[in-house]
Amino acid sequence: MDVSLYKYLLMLGDNSMILGHRLSELCGHGPNLETDIALTNISLDLFGQVRSLFQYAAKVKGGSATEDTIAFSRTEREILNVILVEQPNEDFAHVVGRQYLYDIYHFLLLEALVGSKDETIAAIANKSLKEVKYHKRFSGEWLKRLAGGTDESQQRMQAAIDHMYPFLDELFHVTEVEEEMRAQGVGADLSVIKAECYAIIDDHFRIAGLQVPEHPPRVSKGKYGIHTEKMGFILSELQFMQRSYPNMQW
Amino acid sequence: MVIGKPHIEEKFRSILEKVSDPEIPVLTVLDLGVVREVIATGKKVDIKITPTYSGCPAMDTIAADIAMAFEAAGYTTNIELILAPAWTTDWISSEGRSKLEAYGVAAPLSESQDKRALLDGERVLKCTLCGSTNTKMISQFGSTACKALFQCQDCLEPFDYFKCLK
Ligand SMILES: [Zn+2]
Repeated sequence: MDVSLYKYLLMLGDNSMILGHRLSELCGHGPNLETDIALTNISLDLFGQVRSLFQYAAKVKGGSATEDTIAFSRTEREILNVILVEQPNEDFAHVVGRQYLYDIYHFLLLEALVGSKDETIAAIANKSLKEVKYHKRFSGEWLKRLAGGTDESQQRMQAAIDHMYPFLDELFHVTEVEEEMRAQGVGADLSVIKAECYAIIDDHFRIAGLQVPEHPPRVSKGKYGIHTEKMGFILSELQFMQRSYPNMQW
Repeated sequence: MVIGKPHIEEKFRSILEKVSDPEIPVLTVLDLGVVREVIATGKKVDIKITPTYSGCPAMDTIAADIAMAFEAAGYTTNIELILAPAWTTDWISSEGRSKLEAYGVAAPLSESQDKRALLDGERVLKCTLCGSTNTKMISQFGSTACKALFQCQDCLEPFDYFKCLK
């Protein structure tokens, strides 16, 4: 098996899986019906994309691996998402802030991966890109609306950004696997995406009247499987059925 | 790889016409454009379908329904889900578009018009009930990921809009 490719697919999928899970927690709890439906639809898109990535990862791994064993049977240390997507749904501003930062990054990443030398990755990226275009619109509109709304919504949006922004940097930390994939023309060049991503975000913040947080980037190790204390709670819910009833089927 | 136009053996069209989208039952899978290839070797048929949206929960049902329809006609099937080229709303047939409108779902606009309706709040989408373009977007996401929710400001009809996906 191509271990680097396998790990790279996990890294791509795990971010969307954990963020998709966080959004699914809002099902029935959104601030209003339309937003509730939007957030769960975005979650569904992300899980759809994860399924494609994990189906491919299962093929690369071979043996008895399936998309389900990859999602539900890995332990916390084997899951490679960044810390940003683990952040809880404190309030709607936190949901929007987390989503917005991820969407801007995700869109640029997918744009780069459309040109991947790996045909399957390129196809998944091309398909996902069309969906993420809508996610980006949704979170970007809400970022502006909350920042330009009442004093209360402005403060909350700023507080959410102050909290989320320092986690953004981890997405651009280049691991050995990502470097190898980039060198092979399979993975994206994160240094290029990083510059673009910060430029877009800073510009949007300026337009929306939000301060760019001065907090230095957090040192995080999610890409190496080292997570915050929140991860255990996420997995206990996400993996509950397969842990309790191994190999159960709907 | 399958390109733009689907490759479907003519004799199988009548079978596929009986399989409808579980979420928009007025559309057949042919109207929707999700069947990309149907090739038979004797009684064994290889079928390629492509999802509308990655997370579309209807795809598993569509695949199962297609398999059942072919089995009822005496064939065995091998159905493969392909991702490239990615589905676009341009693949919805003109017949499909009319059926959608008659069903009360506004058919996809062109990419630029879609942007005007969804992002700029412009009133360009026609109400499926009275035909007025005095319509307002209520939510970018509707009852499913592929739709947005609009309301007519003249007759007050709320209706779904099938978003342009390109
Ligand atoms: Zn009307």
